[in-house]
Amino acid sequence: MAIVREMDYGTPASTAQSLVTLLIDGKSVTVPAGTSVMRASAMAGVSIPKLCATDSMKAFGSCRLCLVEIEGKRGTPASCTTPVAEGMKVCTQSPRLAKLRRGVMELYISDHPLDCLTCAANGDCELQDMAGAVGLREVRYGFTGANHFDVESAAAKDESNPYFTFEPSKCIVCSRCVRACDEVQGTLALTIEGRGFASMVSAGGVDFLDSECVSCGACVQACPTATLSEKAVIEKGIPEHTVITTCAYCGVGCSFKAEMQGNDVVRMVPYKDGKANHGHSCVKGRFAWGYATHKDRITKPMIREKITDPWREVSWAEAIGRAASEFKRIQTEHGRGAIGGITSSRCTNEETYLVQKMIRAAFGNNNTDTCARVCHSPTGYGLKTTFGTSAGTQNFDSVEHADVIIVIGANPTDAHPVFASQMKRRLRQGARLVVIDPRKTDLVESPHIRAEHHLPLQPGTNVAIINAMAHVIVTEGLANEAFVQERCDAEMYRRWRAFIVEQRNSPEGAEKVSGVAAETIRAAARLYATGGNAAIYYGLGVTEHSQGSTMVMGMANLAMLTGNIGRPGVGVNPLRGQNNVQGACDMGSFPHEFAGYRHVSDNGVRTAFEQAWGVGLDPEPGLRIPNMLDAAVDGSFKGIYIQGEDIAQSDPNTQHVTDALRAMECVVVQDLFLNETATYAHVFLPGSSFLEKDGTFTNAERRIGRVRKAMPPVTGMADWEVTMALSNAMGYAMHYQHPSEIMEEIARLTPTFAGVNYQKLDELGSVQWPCNENAPEGTPVMHIGGFVRGKGSFVVTEFVPTEERTSARFPLILTTGRILSQYNVGAQTARTENMVWHSEDVLDIHPFDAEYRGIRDGDRVSLASRSGETTLRARISERMQPGVVYTTFHHGVTGANVVTTEYSDWATNCPEYKVTAVEVRPVQRESEWQRQHRQQRLAATRIEREEPARR
Amino acid sequence: MTTSRQTGSRQTTERVVHMANQIALFFAARPKEEAVTEVAAHLKNFWEPRMREQLARHIAEGGSGLHELVLEAARRL
Repeated sequence: MAIVREMDYGTPASTAQSLVTLLIDGKSVTVPAGTSVMRASAMAGVSIPKLCATDSMKAFGSCRLCLVEIEGKRGTPASCTTPVAEGMKVCTQSPRLAKLRRGVMELYISDHPLDCLTCAANGDCELQDMAGAVGLREVRYGFTGANHFDVESAAAKDESNPYFTFEPSKCIVCSRCVRACDEVQGTLALTIEGRGFASMVSAGGVDFLDSECVSCGACVQACPTATLSEKAVIEKGIPEHTVITTCAYCGVGCSFKAEMQGNDVVRMVPYKDGKANHGHSCVKGRFAWGYATHKDRITKPMIREKITDPWREVSWAEAIGRAASEFKRIQTEHGRGAIGGITSSRCTNEETYLVQKMIRAAFGNNNTDTCARVCHSPTGYGLKTTFGTSAGTQNFDSVEHADVIIVIGANPTDAHPVFASQMKRRLRQGARLVVIDPRKTDLVESPHIRAEHHLPLQPGTNVAIINAMAHVIVTEGLANEAFVQERCDAEMYRRWRAFIVEQRNSPEGAEKVSGVAAETIRAAARLYATGGNAAIYYGLGVTEHSQGSTMVMGMANLAMLTGNIGRPGVGVNPLRGQNNVQGACDMGSFPHEFAGYRHVSDNGVRTAFEQAWGVGLDPEPGLRIPNMLDAAVDGSFKGIYIQGEDIAQSDPNTQHVTDALRAMECVVVQDLFLNETATYAHVFLPGSSFLEKDGTFTNAERRIGRVRKAMPPVTGMADWEVTMALSNAMGYAMHYQHPSEIMEEIARLTPTFAGVNYQKLDELGSVQWPCNENAPEGTPVMHIGGFVRGKGSFVVTEFVPTEERTSARFPLILTTGRILSQYNVGAQTARTENMVWHSEDVLDIHPFDAEYRGIRDGDRVSLASRSGETTLRARISERMQPGVVYTTFHHGVTGANVVTTEYSDWATNCPEYKVTAVEVRPVQRESEWQRQHRQQRLAATRIEREEPARR
Repeated sequence: MTTSRQTGSRQTTERVVHMANQIALFFAARPKEEAVTEVAAHLKNFWEPRMREQLARHIAEGGSGLHELVLEAARRL
């Protein structure tokens, strides 16, 4: 489609229910009370000139360009700051207004460089547009005298940010960038320094790179001139067409406009109509897409006999043929269950569905799993057990109705930044915040945000804390007994209630194991129970524990106990790590269930799939990822197909993972790059980036959004076509012509997706499942009026301490996570300019622990556990509590998972990444693992290419 | 499902024992009969057959280290 420019109504929409009718230039228009005259005019199709107004932020009233005349009122009020009134008569065009507007524009232009023809914003500049709109033909003041743009006067251009420039000489000081940083992003990194003529935008007196700026791009988007410009636009020029798609980073699932020149992306701009992001973005989705054309991309299939051999480029047919023949050989020699595969949360629903279908139908077993195994599998188990559905209960917009927000084991400002901005907006409006986290995250205290209660618990004690909160609510009579009686299973509640009131579940009992003061636990519990709409948001700090599933059920218990479920503003909300974690789980990636979370042993469900797929299916659950690795080490699992995952970097206890991969006879990796897992692969199938594919992603709020192809796959084959080719070579025929046909099959076989199709997604933009005849346009909030399982089930959640204990040898606890600028194993972001913010993993350590060990900020340190040892640089940080250290796993050379252990959640085998007993000490050299890893990577990335024929 | 090799290493047998005991510890809060049923159901619903076979072999060899709920649940598999 041609370039898409969304309508800008100038000021935000009013949410008032009552309506007001007025006349604008003689046109009658009816709008909600509280709407500005500017917005009402836009709704009536009447355009009023403006510069400082844009509808993503509150009216400011500074540019004086949007003046109007209102019958019965003196003067010429600004339409952006004037609310509508019943019967109001507005005139937007008159000789007086035209003169005023031209006068204002003359002043702006008299202090603006006249370099339009060579300006990066030429053709995309609101100042230019307004000069035209008001009919500016001369500037009576001339261009001499004091100004901000000539060589002597202009402030230096700031090019420190890798993605955009700040050119003060072009600034009209409309404050849109400052307000965007405040109101949209919530970082407050920008300000106006100076007064009067000396006023200018500043990133706090330093350049952008050294400032508090988080590079979300909101300021660039808000800028009406070329003052803040994307470097890509400066380099390439204005894009000529738009493809609307969904971001492939975190589980927020932002909608973006890929603005293109031919098959080249010029920029990614957040789409205002995107229902998950409402036109906002973060540094990853907005700017970090350069990996798609990075020189490291592998674009040709490759094979090798042994993992010590160099790779050899071959045709698609030869690579697919090799993979299929090896898999068939292994099954002949070692049995049907000796192979399996892993689907990816980074791939589309259609691709994921196809991989699990191939495994079940072509491999003939259920050895299919997804990387959600290692992040949110406890969410699926816990919420299905208690509520009946393996998914979060709310849409993101629900947070705008929350009065109390509890964030547990999540760091949304880094990991889910666009939702964090929405949450922070609600907090600035007065919602009250509780943070339960071992670290002092940004949400605990940052500009205009302060948690009312921070519970800095010892890692591994979540369940003790949540039980203690429930204990307080029950014993102090704060439970919503009417809700429980109406909506929940009475017998399960009776049992749970008897358990929870026991003294060992009291705050005092929890204090002994968690280190959190009993009074703080009590205060948090009272606030949750009595503060109005209370919502829980959680992340991997909940799930990645040996009691991950127990904790999910503990939170569900708390929500049911207080009636905080089944309406906007409440709920239990998982913040999914990757873009399609929810979708990968929905699509039947887990070894025990088909699409829609239905067990493989269910004869009715299995028969439906057997009839649709024309093949008999195994009624027994298959191996989960950790079980596959164990079976490989034991010798009963010999071959694996891995699409879009890097288990050698992301999964725990790296040595165990690599031992298992090394023990296999055929490892097939499909990815954009030769990742860590490919070191152990025999067949490499080059994959496609999200910009090269059609399909859908499902975000953390169950929202199914379209992914649209912006450029052809550089490998010549889309990922779904590769899977289909492998299935066909294995002897199970697939004949899809387009991903839409795969979605049609998903909808036919999955009741919660029954109403989903591409036409509907194109019409509505996105839908949240369940989407079926009962909810044809989707379901924003679940469990209204009743739980999916019938009666909500309280589950007894006994606190069982992890077996991973500190000792004299390993006296510290390591917990891991991610940071804003990098994503997962870094495959994408580490191949972008985001490296400027985070070029290596670092270890955060409390000053006390550092001093005790003689560690200074920036020192290289050893990080050792019973699993292994790596080295990295230390950063002394008071975000940490004594005894707890923290790092990320974004960089393969660090290998943070060399240290983590094989302990896992009791129900799902989700690894206990968040608790590893370690010791830290200063060192000078890399670890033995790192030395070996470096050598292996050099050997594993050798590619033999045929010399091109000489003419 | 059959595989050509049905042996489990000591390392993975220890892991199977550990995982089974974790499941038992969760359900131990329930009345005994219900707990046994739930442990058996969990093993049946989430464990691939060769894992259950590995557990059965360990029990046949004495079942050392296993929670009593696992021992009873395994009889129902």
